[in-house]
Amino acid sequence: MTEYTWLVPLPVVVPLFGAGLALALYRRPRLQRIISVVALSIVLVVAATLLVLADDGPLVVDIGGWAAPVGIDLVADRLSALMLTVSAAVTLCVQLYSLAQGEADGDEAAPVSIYHPTYLILTAGVANAFLSGDLFNIYVGFEILLAASYVLLTLGGTGERIRAGSIYVVVALLSSLLFLIAIALTYAAAGTVNLAQLAERLPEIDPGVRLLLQVLLLLAFGIKAAIFPLSAWLPDSYPTAPAPVTAVFAGLLTKVGVYAIIRTQTLLFPEGRMDDVLMWAALATMVVGILGAVAQDDLKRLLSFTLVSHIGYMLFGIALASEAGWSASIYYVAHHIIVQTGLFLVAGLIERRGGSTSLDSLGGLAKLAPVLAILFFIPAMNLGGIPPLSGFLGKVGLLQAGVADGSWLALTLVVGGVATSLLTLYALIKAWNKAFWQTPPEPLPDATLPKGMVGSAAALVVLGLALTVGAGPLYGYAERAAGALADRSVYIQSVLPEGGRGSGESVDVAHGGDDA
Amino acid sequence: MIDMSPNLVLVGLIVVLVTAGVYLLLERSLSRVLIGVVLIGNGANLLFLVAGGAAGRPPIVGLELEREMADPLPQAMVLTAIVITLGMTAFLLAMAYRSWQLHRHDEVQDDVEDRRIARLAARDERAFEDDDTEESTTTLDEEAAETRDETDEGEPSPAAAGDHHRPTDDRGEGSR
Repeated sequence: MTEYTWLVPLPVVVPLFGAGLALALYRRPRLQRIISVVALSIVLVVAATLLVLADDGPLVVDIGGWAAPVGIDLVADRLSALMLTVSAAVTLCVQLYSLAQGEADGDEAAPVSIYHPTYLILTAGVANAFLSGDLFNIYVGFEILLAASYVLLTLGGTGERIRAGSIYVVVALLSSLLFLIAIALTYAAAGTVNLAQLAERLPEIDPGVRLLLQVLLLLAFGIKAAIFPLSAWLPDSYPTAPAPVTAVFAGLLTKVGVYAIIRTQTLLFPEGRMDDVLMWAALATMVVGILGAVAQDDLKRLLSFTLVSHIGYMLFGIALASEAGWSASIYYVAHHIIVQTGLFLVAGLIERRGGSTSLDSLGGLAKLAPVLAILFFIPAMNLGGIPPLSGFLGKVGLLQAGVADGSWLALTLVVGGVATSLLTLYALIKAWNKAFWQTPPEPLPDATLPKGMVGSAAALVVLGLALTVGAGPLYGYAERAAGALADRSVYIQSVLPEGGRGSGESVDVAHGGDDA
Repeated sequence: MIDMSPNLVLVGLIVVLVTAGVYLLLERSLSRVLIGVVLIGNGANLLFLVAGGAAGRPPIVGLELEREMADPLPQAMVLTAIVITLGMTAFLLAMAYRSWQLHRHDEVQDDVEDRRIARLAARDERAFEDDDTEESTTTLDEEAAETRDETDEGEPSPAAAGDHHRPTDDRGEGSR
């Protein structure tokens, strides 16, 4: 197993290196495209390999040869590897989509020279956040991906994007500051920011301080993950960006927040003193989000609200604090990344074909573009949770875990989850009727859809279907990942083997005496 | 044993910085928000210094006694945080300038679409026009009022009855 640990840093290093190369070659758009596709393909291959390898136990790298609690470590366990693989697949598909879009519109339409490097940096940041075994390094990962996302969201600097961007940037900065303060307090309380060592030390500190740290971290991640009442920024800022950017934001960025919540809740605060609060937050997120979606008549905004709403499902699974809940949550995250990104890509196609995403001015697309209709219908039904698609399987898993929990709060959430699922179906059917069936108020403009864009959107839709076909093994993997989360000793042991040190430089120093 | 009692001056400074920062963050102008972010960021950086314990000798193994060394880890983290805050500040500044270029002010604006939906909700109108809503201009409430008018004592206004009697009737039969 140890001979493959060199793979672990690659999902961070390769995109960063590619970004530098792409930036240096800003005069050669063709080369830039090749570099970004190659880099993202490498990440996908590495992530898939890690997915297989991590099933036998976490892979740990002490960066720069500095041993774990002092140096920074990257950990690829089952949860990280699964998130990494799904995100790599999604980023590659979205990148192909935006390449096809650039091909069709000509290079003048978008400032590609900055787009590709930024996109690669975004990927590196996401990978860093997933792999990091160190609280401060998670912060760095967040900042990398956020800095890239600021640029992508305000691409071109039009009035509308600057408006949306200023809200997004300020809210994201606030959450970063909260995270930073939480890290400083954690260090003050426990003298370390290494996740494995924190897991060992946090039970020994004062319970009140521990609760404070937990609340601060939850607040910081809650803003990133768009949990109600910290979600109002999302539907305001996402829909204005270019379609591929919105798609990758919607799929990935909130899920990085969800991942961080899973990681810290399971590893650092296993006693689950915030679980009831999280349950209420999950319920509010689900219901308020979907009611917002029902009120919208712009497709992208509608999808943004469903995104907020479905974060509630994942939070529900986390708050159940049982292996069944966690495995359902993990499966749901994987499903939701793929399906939501696919839907946003299709929304981009609809915008291209119909000239707008306003459901008032769209219509009759089922006749004009039947392929588009199918591409929208499948993920829409998937999101709504129609059997036998993966959305249904994830929701059933969550509902089962909720019923197994048996407390009245969990049962309330089960009811809320079912209601949200029905309302999701209602909102999406409404969108379907308006965009695909009604007679358009004015004839739609004549536009063709580039094959590459349709192809990459179709690839994501098919991937969503593959989650249904491969649900058995995938759900099994999610269950094993949840098992590893519940048994924290596996993680701690692999980061800090005997002696409480990773491998590297500071091992021999530690022999000399104390470890401050 | 390291002396972990915090430096009160630093704590007081953190309180002032964060308080002023939060106040500025609540403003509408982006440049004030920016200053607020910088202030809170510096407050957080000082918090790291407090978290690292008392000041000490440079942490170089071999040159200094280990128990007299300052904790180098929070300083490394503060350095990273400072660099990141600098980058974000630069971006926010550029964005505020762009906003000023476009609108001659740098205030955070409301979302137009959001306001529109909110206004619809306030007037209790539907968010979109249907085929159903387009063919008859009456709302369901008005239709209900009219149907009752015919059976109850109230007289339907002649214009409304003439225009809308048919479609109301048709729909009633169709749904039955």
